[in-house]
Amino acid sequence: MNRRKHPIKLGLLILALSLTSAMQADDLFNNNASNLKSGTLLKDRPTYSPVTEQRLTKPEARNWLMYRGTYDSQGYSPLDQINAKNVHQLKPSWTFSTGMREAHQAPPVVNDGYMFVTTPHNHLLALDARNGELLWRYERELPEDQVQMHPTNRGVALHGDYVYMATADAYLVALNARTGKVEWEQEVEDYASGYYMTMAPLAASGKIMVGVSGGEFGIRGFIAAFDAKTGKPAWKTYTIPAPGEPGSESWPGDTWKTGGVPVWITGSYDPASKTTYWGTGNGGPWMGDARPGDNLYATSVIALDVDSGKLRGHHQYHWNDSWDWDEVSAPLLLDFQRNGKTVKGLVHPGRNGYLWFLERGKEKINFVDAKPYVKQDVFKSIDPVTGRPEYNLERKPATGKVTTFCPSSWGGKDWPPAAFNPQTRLLYIPANDNVCGKLKGQEAEYREGQLYLGAALEEFEVVLHEDAKDYIGELQAWNVDTAEKAWSVKFKSHNWGPILATAGDLVFAGGTNDRYFRAYNARSGKLLWQQRTNSGVIGVPVSYEIDGVQYIAVQSGYGVDAEREQALLNLSKGTTTYVPQGGVIWVFALEKENNQ
Amino acid sequence: MKTKARNCPTESSAANPGCPCRANAPTHRGRRRALKLGLLGAAWSPLTVFAARKPGKMRPQAGDHLVFAYGERQGEIISPGDLTLNAKPIEAYPKQLASNVIRDRSRLNALLLVRLDPQTLPPTMDKYAANGLVAYSAVCTHTGCTVEGWDPATQQMSCPCHGSQYAAGNAAKVLMGPAPKPLAMLPLSINSGELTVAGAFSRKVGFKVNKY
Repeated sequence: MNRRKHPIKLGLLILALSLTSAMQADDLFNNNASNLKSGTLLKDRPTYSPVTEQRLTKPEARNWLMYRGTYDSQGYSPLDQINAKNVHQLKPSWTFSTGMREAHQAPPVVNDGYMFVTTPHNHLLALDARNGELLWRYERELPEDQVQMHPTNRGVALHGDYVYMATADAYLVALNARTGKVEWEQEVEDYASGYYMTMAPLAASGKIMVGVSGGEFGIRGFIAAFDAKTGKPAWKTYTIPAPGEPGSESWPGDTWKTGGVPVWITGSYDPASKTTYWGTGNGGPWMGDARPGDNLYATSVIALDVDSGKLRGHHQYHWNDSWDWDEVSAPLLLDFQRNGKTVKGLVHPGRNGYLWFLERGKEKINFVDAKPYVKQDVFKSIDPVTGRPEYNLERKPATGKVTTFCPSSWGGKDWPPAAFNPQTRLLYIPANDNVCGKLKGQEAEYREGQLYLGAALEEFEVVLHEDAKDYIGELQAWNVDTAEKAWSVKFKSHNWGPILATAGDLVFAGGTNDRYFRAYNARSGKLLWQQRTNSGVIGVPVSYEIDGVQYIAVQSGYGVDAEREQALLNLSKGTTTYVPQGGVIWVFALEKENNQ
Repeated sequence: MKTKARNCPTESSAANPGCPCRANAPTHRGRRRALKLGLLGAAWSPLTVFAARKPGKMRPQAGDHLVFAYGERQGEIISPGDLTLNAKPIEAYPKQLASNVIRDRSRLNALLLVRLDPQTLPPTMDKYAANGLVAYSAVCTHTGCTVEGWDPATQQMSCPCHGSQYAAGNAAKVLMGPAPKPLAMLPLSINSGELTVAGAFSRKVGFKVNKY
């Protein structure tokens, strides 16, 4: 056996193959990008339906065109082929392994047969939504010297013929939805200064909007809009006012420059008033006494004009945040009843453990009411007119002090989105109760691009309430018209499961550490179906329909904060629960539909 | 060409530190292209080399001194006397004295400099420690945060982002958390009281996108 010849032959073969495939790719896509992998040949791909403003405003029931399905962020599908009567027949239709680790949180976004899924480290997959055939795959080359505190991505936006992804190195990338070719990419901020992005962009009024992460890295948060076609910057609105601007008096000295207030979850949009609504994150560093004042517009909802970015109103859920309670989930836009009147509302289950009902006025946001949905020992009271909480100061973390407080920094509900079913009038909240937090405040020194925390993370602990032996995670259902809890499903595990509500009287969610994905009766909470998956399900579930078949789709792939909370719960409880990593896209349909 | 690349030592010698393969590579454009093409099939990323071209971005080289990365003495050369036994590691960057360049243009050059009891160090660290002084990469191997935490009682280094803990006295072995591998060590030497770098990192610094 001649040992020398083989490597040469092999090398030539590989060279020939790579040249051939490169030539093919060039011929087909006119694209030299080595980070684009093609699956199906271009000629065999379905035609692509351009995503118009009209379609975004009123998406067809069969599609799931954005993060929460619709601009109102209700996470509700009008499809009902799969329903409470037949969901026990639900079976996997196909799966797809992403080949990635860490947190798989993105919803599979579906437009007439095309499915778009993002993974940690900014891979973007286009699949045939019918059968899971890979159409193309874009793998972003991320800089090797960056920090990834939260290796995840929460999905794409669609507009026209393009699909958009916000990246960990703080770029907005527009790709041709059919070919995967990068049409343009635009730097949003410098990653070396601690900025990164994990959210699904918001496409509206000819613009693509994104917010930035980095609340632990001394950034100054903002939301920015770019022209959907060209990527040209349209506007940029900071979440911390500069000196002289309204609200700037709530930031002493130079604290506004590094005060955090990231935006890392997709906003809601009201096309009637052309207003976008965004949730904002924690002030930085974590200890509020490092930046005495209310710190507008941290831990708030802010209303921005979609065309100019101008601030139209805000409501701060809690002032001078010291608990790392990011209120980044965008409020759900829905009408609710109060005192015999219909309120055009904003509803937000807060990380601070209160369920907030607000009114979206024309040029301002009005407080309606709020009540705790988990055990909360920080607020002494809430002003009935303004909604401003009064604090029990013993429960407010401070520099040089160890403080315990409930709920923990992960809150009553972290980022996993709640859903609303307009038929049942119920709001479904993925909650966590009985886990309190312990923080040791310390001084932080700002260094560009480095962690700027103000707390000893090595002493970051969870403290369990005695009821934790009964349950931690919950799926809660609240009637929005009475502001009363209708039912609750309790889990021993913590719960990080985003929620899908459907017209089939169903609620779908995973989120527990036992790797199950489940369906519940939307009116009673009764468990109707479950499927054990490869990993923990912390992805956003969706529903779509093709050729008369309704599908439910979700990613399973545990990581980031769900994993970190599991590690701390293990320490606290003396358990050794292990949730395996690795992402898989799961798609389900009814058994009889599968067999057709 | 491939044979030449394969013959390169994986550990660089003090005489030829950093990336000796690249330094010795032919500079002729055509030959370089041929080399690239030849390596196309192999899993070899040219990016790591591009990043290292500017002196301020180059990985530490033998003979480099170390300077304070932050604080009042930022930029000043660190001498052995600046380090106290079992005290919190000093954050440092390498500096090439001849060119007066601090190699702080890449986070991947950030170092943690610590003084440990030489009697307690395992033989695996002999190559890297100089009279109990040890330099580790400061970049966590999980997702790249700076390893800031320190427990003087146990000599454990910890990453604030996701809680990985490394044993400073045992070649940065991972004791807890999601970090997949130890921090890289940078060999040190002390000559006439001067603390300098003695060679290249023991392994690739930074984190890798984890595919499975």
